[in-house]
Amino acid sequence: MNGAQDLGGQMGFGPIEQEANEPNFHEKWEERAFAITLAMGATGSWPLDASRYARETLPPAEYLSSSYYEIWAKGLEKLVVASGLVTDEELGQVKVLVPAKPVNKILKADEVAGALAKGAPVDRPESQPARFQVGDRIRTKRMHPEHHTRLPRYARDVEGVIETVHGVHVFPDANAHGKGEQPTWLYGVAFKGTDIWGPDSDPKLSLRIDLWEPYLDLA
Amino acid sequence: MSHDHDHDHSELSDIELRVRALETLLTEKGYIDPPALDELIETYETRVGPKNGARVVAKAWTDEDYRARLLKDATAAIAELGFTGRQGEHMVAVENTGKTHNMVVCTLCSCYPWAVLGLPPVWYKSPPYRSRAVRDPRGVLKEFGVSLPEDKEIRVWDSTAEVRYLVIPERPPGTDGWSEEELAELVTRDSMIGTALATSPLKEDLSA
Repeated sequence: MNGAQDLGGQMGFGPIEQEANEPNFHEKWEERAFAITLAMGATGSWPLDASRYARETLPPAEYLSSSYYEIWAKGLEKLVVASGLVTDEELGQVKVLVPAKPVNKILKADEVAGALAKGAPVDRPESQPARFQVGDRIRTKRMHPEHHTRLPRYARDVEGVIETVHGVHVFPDANAHGKGEQPTWLYGVAFKGTDIWGPDSDPKLSLRIDLWEPYLDLA
Repeated sequence: MSHDHDHDHSELSDIELRVRALETLLTEKGYIDPPALDELIETYETRVGPKNGARVVAKAWTDEDYRARLLKDATAAIAELGFTGRQGEHMVAVENTGKTHNMVVCTLCSCYPWAVLGLPPVWYKSPPYRSRAVRDPRGVLKEFGVSLPEDKEIRVWDSTAEVRYLVIPERPPGTDGWSEEELAELVTRDSMIGTALATSPLKEDLSA
């Protein structure tokens, strides 16, 4: 979706604020927001793609004025309500009003190290041949879907070259919306800065973007 | 009469209250186990951070076979050092050279190679960097104090999928014969994102 999250190429945000010896968390609530987000992810109630969609559907003004852990917390509120684990009334009253729904897994402290070390790989077996090969010239689709997508606006309707065939990966556009993983080929695509930004681009700029097969056509 | 004193007891921001409400409800409903939360925080506070990535880079600088394995299959090569898992399931290492400088961003969210760099700094997740890194990386680098030759290609990697990128900075001159441990000290977090170069020991000598 063309939400506030799709920031590539936007202007006017000012200088990059660096902080020397920055801590992971600036306030206690950030630690908690981080940990409950990961722990709820471990319940298997939604995939990471749905978390990203929950965050990017915040109204643009709110997205841009929220810190990143605020965005996480607000996304988590939406996810727990949408999945029926918590009701709006419960959030409003901070009181359990309806029985808990069963979840796939409740992460215990002694399982944390193992779960993090294992991660959640998204590569899947090949079920059909790849449509593109290394060296193929492609053009990204002109598209403006209202659903979750990982083709940034700045890289739409642009020519590039397939540089890497990563394999078959879970397709976020489907998986974010409860439509299953629909694994599809993922490619590393090389673009010239001038093809994306026009003649004013830094002539020595090139970009690499990982894109799924449905985003691409042969040029 | 001042109300300041009363306020001191209950000055929680809206977001603090919301996060606290979420944690309370999720705990009371049994979806999360509080000790696991502490363990998750502890992991990234003490065990997973840019020192992991620095070890990978230092090894690549000193061990040609390892460097070759890292460039061919970074996930496996990084796992050799014991770094695996969340937000590092599919790793790719990209090497800076005399001709090419690599820089990593996630314009759409905050994708970052946790397994080797830990959690991202605020600037990496914020609009100024995410918006400009893909369009004006040379300008971004200047803000980080890095000036590259005009004829050097800048290759920006937008982490749109679950592939995570680790930049292998150029090994600074004047480090011949250094041990892996000594070299790792020169490998900063930002040098592995591509917004800095590895720390040069020569520079320190000049300014001393």
